[in-house]
Amino acid sequence: MNRTVTAVVATGLMLCTAGAAQAQTTTLAQVKNRGQLNCGVSPGLAGFGVPDAQGKWTGLDVDLCRAIAAAIFNDPSKVKYVPLSSKDRFTALQAGEVDLLSRTSTWTMSRDTALGLSFSTVNYYDGQAFMVRKKLGVDSALKLGGASICTQQGTTTELNLADFFRINNIKYEVVAFNTGDETIKAYEAGRCDAFSDDSSALYAQRLKFEAPDEHIVLPEIISKEPLGPVVRSSDTQWFNLVKWSHFAMLNAEELGITKANADEQVKSTNPEVRRLLGVEGKFGEAIGLSADWAYRIVKQVGNYGESFEANVGSGSILKIARGKNALWTKGGLQYAPPVR
Amino acid sequence: MTTIPTEPVQPGKASLLYDPKIRGYVYQLALLAVVGFLIYSAASNAIENLRAQKIASGFGFWHNAAGFDVNQKLIPFSASGSTYGQAFWVGLLNTLLVASIGIVLATFLGFFVGVARLSSNWILAKIAMVYVEVIRNLPLLLQLFFWYNAVLKPLPNPRQSIELPAGILLNNRGLYLPDPQLEPGGSLIVLTFLLGLVGAITFRYWARKQQEATGKQYPVGWIALGLVVVLPFFVYLLMGRPITFIYPELAGFNLRGGIQIFPEFVALLVGLTTYTAAFIAEVVRAGILAVSKGQSEAAHALGLRPGATLKLVVIPQAMRVIIPPLTSNYLNLTKNSSLAVAIGYPDLVQVFTGTVLNQTGQAVEVVAITMAVYLTISLVTSLFMNIYNKRMALVER
Repeated sequence: MNRTVTAVVATGLMLCTAGAAQAQTTTLAQVKNRGQLNCGVSPGLAGFGVPDAQGKWTGLDVDLCRAIAAAIFNDPSKVKYVPLSSKDRFTALQAGEVDLLSRTSTWTMSRDTALGLSFSTVNYYDGQAFMVRKKLGVDSALKLGGASICTQQGTTTELNLADFFRINNIKYEVVAFNTGDETIKAYEAGRCDAFSDDSSALYAQRLKFEAPDEHIVLPEIISKEPLGPVVRSSDTQWFNLVKWSHFAMLNAEELGITKANADEQVKSTNPEVRRLLGVEGKFGEAIGLSADWAYRIVKQVGNYGESFEANVGSGSILKIARGKNALWTKGGLQYAPPVR
Repeated sequence: MTTIPTEPVQPGKASLLYDPKIRGYVYQLALLAVVGFLIYSAASNAIENLRAQKIASGFGFWHNAAGFDVNQKLIPFSASGSTYGQAFWVGLLNTLLVASIGIVLATFLGFFVGVARLSSNWILAKIAMVYVEVIRNLPLLLQLFFWYNAVLKPLPNPRQSIELPAGILLNNRGLYLPDPQLEPGGSLIVLTFLLGLVGAITFRYWARKQQEATGKQYPVGWIALGLVVVLPFFVYLLMGRPITFIYPELAGFNLRGGIQIFPEFVALLVGLTTYTAAFIAEVVRAGILAVSKGQSEAAHALGLRPGATLKLVVIPQAMRVIIPPLTSNYLNLTKNSSLAVAIGYPDLVQVFTGTVLNQTGQAVEVVAITMAVYLTISLVTSLFMNIYNKRMALVER
């Protein structure tokens, strides 16, 4: 019922704000005018967007906000973080409350085409997975025959589950709950053998358990959940700016430019490095930025690999392997078009 | 004494404008027109907005493939091939199941507690009072969470199931009962049972008529037991035990075979039953207190024992007061069953207004259907209770 009311309210808001969002000036001009970037983030998902005790935001998604602020203002701290729940997020972006959404949103066709919004890139390739207790001795989702599986109702989680077990012709029992917290509680109480959600969320939720070490995430990924930043479709320049901020971080990693060696790399003779860092050509100006926009991002926020390791990888509490999110040169899917 | 002069009413003489009857009709019509217009404009506004948003509308989704699974289903349902329409029926039947069993149990428990609260046994009366006051004054949702955790937490996992007599197993996935299978000849036992049941009811009717006519009493209970239980059992032995049971046994993670009763169902049933019973207890207490004290004193004076007094004199009269509020408690229980959504029981709201709405995005249609269903269930319950109320009403001579 609650969801319905929200849907109706959101529909109403959409109608009212459809005209208002057509701003006279570009998003970039508004951001510059305002002196800070309004970034829609998760209300608290470890590794992706979470405030610490001092109110300082960290996370993979947060780093993208910081990178864009660094490119525009040469100061990654000029960001106002707006925590948004999953049901409010798109409405807030449509209404112009935030300049972009960097909040583990799955890129789907309907969201990309029917909401007046555009997904710019994929900054995290996720997928639905299973978590089980170690003592069950299960090492593959294919061995979950006859198991009870707790999951959260809504989105496409239930469908992905049904598809997976149907394809593999395995019997299972689904127990669907209204919210994530209830699902986890039921799983912890032993109602289910496995708990299914996006794998990044599984790693983050596991930290909330009394004994996180007693649970493992199974290797199978049963769905595609490409997560990425979203902007309004109406402003192509801003769409490109957000897209290329992520690409700059990827290209920097590929070229071996890090936070620490960015100043040395400026002197590099490699033409690709010189173009990215703005020594040769003025590529940044085409998206309304200065020539050294990418240098600012890498110098102040770091490349994609650094951001990944610090927030969700080996340098974080989540310890998620690069996997699909490794660079294409290392067998992953992260691939950025060249700067030229 | 003064006499008030009465003016003779002269119909047709006054203008239509001042005729109260005509005026009444005009007001009624005007109100109807306003309400009609409001409904029309709301509906057309919704349709227009949906169209402008390019959101699908209509009931075409009913026959589309659902693609998800539900654990507790009374009719066949699977991700492969079942439609949203079938998902609706699965949810509705689950709602009706928990509501109907809940109503029966809550009635028994409520009557017991209501009578116990008036008992002369001090401890019993106080326990009943504490029960009513505690249960009635806590939010139902909270109680459901409590019961769900109370049901789940202490139970072992399927590998360490608690073994109950007769092959019944209990663990945190539910209660597993042996599943009876009819062998050839087994249907005869079922037939005997049904015949016995009809026989018992007929005999009870006949015995009552006899008692009213002659005052002679018959051992109805014993004879009914013989017809319904002993006779079918005799046939069972005679036919060479043609009913076998499939016992639940451990297979992989869970038990396989047998009839599984899910913990979500048990938690919801217990929560709804205890909560509603507390209200019914108060209704029953009020009904009993409404019967004048002289009635039970007279019954005692005639030599009736307390039990018989309650059963034959007090309750029949109290029922007239009890039935109308009892009806509204039944309706509340049915509507409260939609809180199932909080503990993962797949009722109508969880399956249809939850998953189906989420997947189709057709909020208006789905919510309208759900509301129509609850309205229908409530009206039908009221209808039956009103018929029952008419039958129980005091027959005035």
